[in-house]
Amino acid sequence: MNTEIMGILATFLIALLLALPLGKYIARVYAGEKTKMDFLFNPLDRLLYRISGIDARREMNWKQHMMVMLTINLIWVLMSMVILMCQQWLPLNPDHNPNMPADLAFNTSISFVVNCNLQHYSGESGVSYLSQMWLMFLQFVSATTGMAAVVVLFKAFKARSTTQLGNFYTYFVRSCTRILLPLSSILAIVVLFNGTPMTFEGKQEMIGLQGDSVAVSTGPAAAFVGIKHVGTNGGGFFAANSAHPLENPNYLTNMAEMVGQMIIPLAMIFAFGYFIQRRRLSWMIFGVMTIGFLLLAIPNVVQEMNGNPALTARGLNSTMGAMEGKEVRFGAAASGFWSIVTTVISTGSVNAMHDSTMPLSGMNEMLAMMINAFYGGCGVGLLNFFIFIILAVFISGLMVGRTPEFLGKKIEAREMKIAMIIALLHPLLILAGTALTVSMPALGRATVANPGYHGFSEILYEFTSSAANNGSGFEGLGDNTPWWNIATGIVLLLGRFLPIIGPVAIAGMLAEKKYIPEGNGTLRTDTGTFGMMVFAVIVIITALSFFPTLALGPLAEHFSMP
Amino acid sequence: MKTYFFPALRLTIVLLIVCAVLYPLSIWLLGKMAPGQGKGVQITAQGRNYYRNIGQSFTEVQYFQGRPSAVGYNAAGSGGSNKGPSNPEYLDIVQGRIDTFLKYNPGVQKHDIPADLVTASGSGLDPDISVASAVIQVPRIAAKRSVPESELKQLIQQHTQKPLWGLFGPERVNVLELNIALDKLSKS
Repeated sequence: MNTEIMGILATFLIALLLALPLGKYIARVYAGEKTKMDFLFNPLDRLLYRISGIDARREMNWKQHMMVMLTINLIWVLMSMVILMCQQWLPLNPDHNPNMPADLAFNTSISFVVNCNLQHYSGESGVSYLSQMWLMFLQFVSATTGMAAVVVLFKAFKARSTTQLGNFYTYFVRSCTRILLPLSSILAIVVLFNGTPMTFEGKQEMIGLQGDSVAVSTGPAAAFVGIKHVGTNGGGFFAANSAHPLENPNYLTNMAEMVGQMIIPLAMIFAFGYFIQRRRLSWMIFGVMTIGFLLLAIPNVVQEMNGNPALTARGLNSTMGAMEGKEVRFGAAASGFWSIVTTVISTGSVNAMHDSTMPLSGMNEMLAMMINAFYGGCGVGLLNFFIFIILAVFISGLMVGRTPEFLGKKIEAREMKIAMIIALLHPLLILAGTALTVSMPALGRATVANPGYHGFSEILYEFTSSAANNGSGFEGLGDNTPWWNIATGIVLLLGRFLPIIGPVAIAGMLAEKKYIPEGNGTLRTDTGTFGMMVFAVIVIITALSFFPTLALGPLAEHFSMP
Repeated sequence: MKTYFFPALRLTIVLLIVCAVLYPLSIWLLGKMAPGQGKGVQITAQGRNYYRNIGQSFTEVQYFQGRPSAVGYNAAGSGGSNKGPSNPEYLDIVQGRIDTFLKYNPGVQKHDIPADLVTASGSGLDPDISVASAVIQVPRIAAKRSVPESELKQLIQQHTQKPLWGLFGPERVNVLELNIALDKLSKS
């Protein structure tokens, strides 16, 4: 078989095989059970709690959890603004990069706090090494925020009838020290020993073989690349992100970085099953997500390998695939595959430029973010999927004439209202943002890099990526303008915190309700039939919301090509 | 304020020390043992240092040329062209590259030119080309340097990097290493 295809299959299988034991480990970590690494992490965690003045035993209800989350996130946004707007005067700036303007600092701060990487700056010239280290810190804690939030949901379904859902700080600290730090260290070491730099020296002069003189940006990239993938943030150290030969030097690192971003979202699905002792439910969720993922990924691999039909029509040899914006060391197949891995998982790192992918590949990348629940980002993927489960439970309950229940808890009007609002918020943010921008040509059309339908796709992609907290882009878009920085900054905020608070609120309300033991009349949610129901709900909501806009952008472009 | 703000602030500061100081510092220390001491892998030829992974611009006809670059191979920045697949201006640019290539490589058929030679890479710094892209330049370089084509083909074979473990990913040739070896083989 083709070595490019083999590479993709191996990547996916390795991620899955690692995710199963990791899921078990994660469940044990959150349940507070013994693990082999306790001798190291118990004292470290205790030290962190003591310095911070945190009582790790204090139980919180869902509202207190959310208050803690919002407070600490607010602190990060403020600190981030200060650091980015003063970086010129702070240490670790060997290339003398200037301070960020306020609108760009606003966008960048929010973007990294919400575990997104909508980078409207270039890594080489827009930030100092101190700022890079700060953004790397945010890559840790933003992933941790999502993971801690989903554990509140885990806890809500484990308990029978309670308002007490554990302590946010302990979920938070444990996610960071026991999961993210070890995993990102491993990935950082892999890329480091394959040629990714880790140095604090500035740009180096280099005279080429032909005598041309250029500068080469390096920097403390290896540590950054580790957490950027494991934490599913995806922010690039360099402007070209993981297409850059120092950020992703060879095929091995490319596989490692893909496994790195898939592993926690996959493991979280299994951790849920272990934690609430319903492993069949995990397999139902995994099945639905994987079918969705493959339906998006396979067409992209095929299309990118087939090459650009417009160039083929002009007589170009397309056997290598569509190589515009791609790197030879990865090839078309691994680039097409990555384009879906990074968009379903809300990582947003790229190893090839999405703007130059085929129209329908671009559509699948957008669809992955519009659905935003096939695997999804660290923690938040499951929260998004939970909304679809609630909707599916309700609809199937109505269809068969039973009270809608999930895991022994009745779903009632209040929960349904929240679920509907959250499900509709995402299309609202994307479509309203796109419509508003397109209606103002000076702010919208003037910033696109490609004419016609593709230009519209650039705008649509930017809002989709913001609302999904993904961060990848059709990067031709000239997005460092006050309009783009502020508009997407607001979309990022709403698209992050409401979809966290909504599901956690539903879970918290359900936790308080009386537990009804499952009987013959209960609609089972861990079966293939229910999985199909969830899948249908996802497809219907997405198709109804987004089909018309997709028809104006990528579909129109596709049908205009030879 | 007291219940929420101060613990959050203090936790932020200690985690900052763990995640943004201790973690990168330990990776930095490990980097001292990594190839290139964590400063990027370098190769030295004729007294000059080059980054192995950073592609260079090769415009002179006696060298194997690399891929088109949206940033002119200046690694102070990086990026692709971000041209959409249906952009007419872009299609003309590619057409122009094909015509230029045909001019400097007489005897080559248009439909034999591999796609990577006429499309810009994602980073603008791609150090590699496909094997086919190297082979197709052999007649030109053989004529220019008066070396037999068979020797050049052998050189390409020596510098072909096989798929990972022979199983995963495409084959490729590092253009810089190939050109350094070419200079050793024949002074231009």
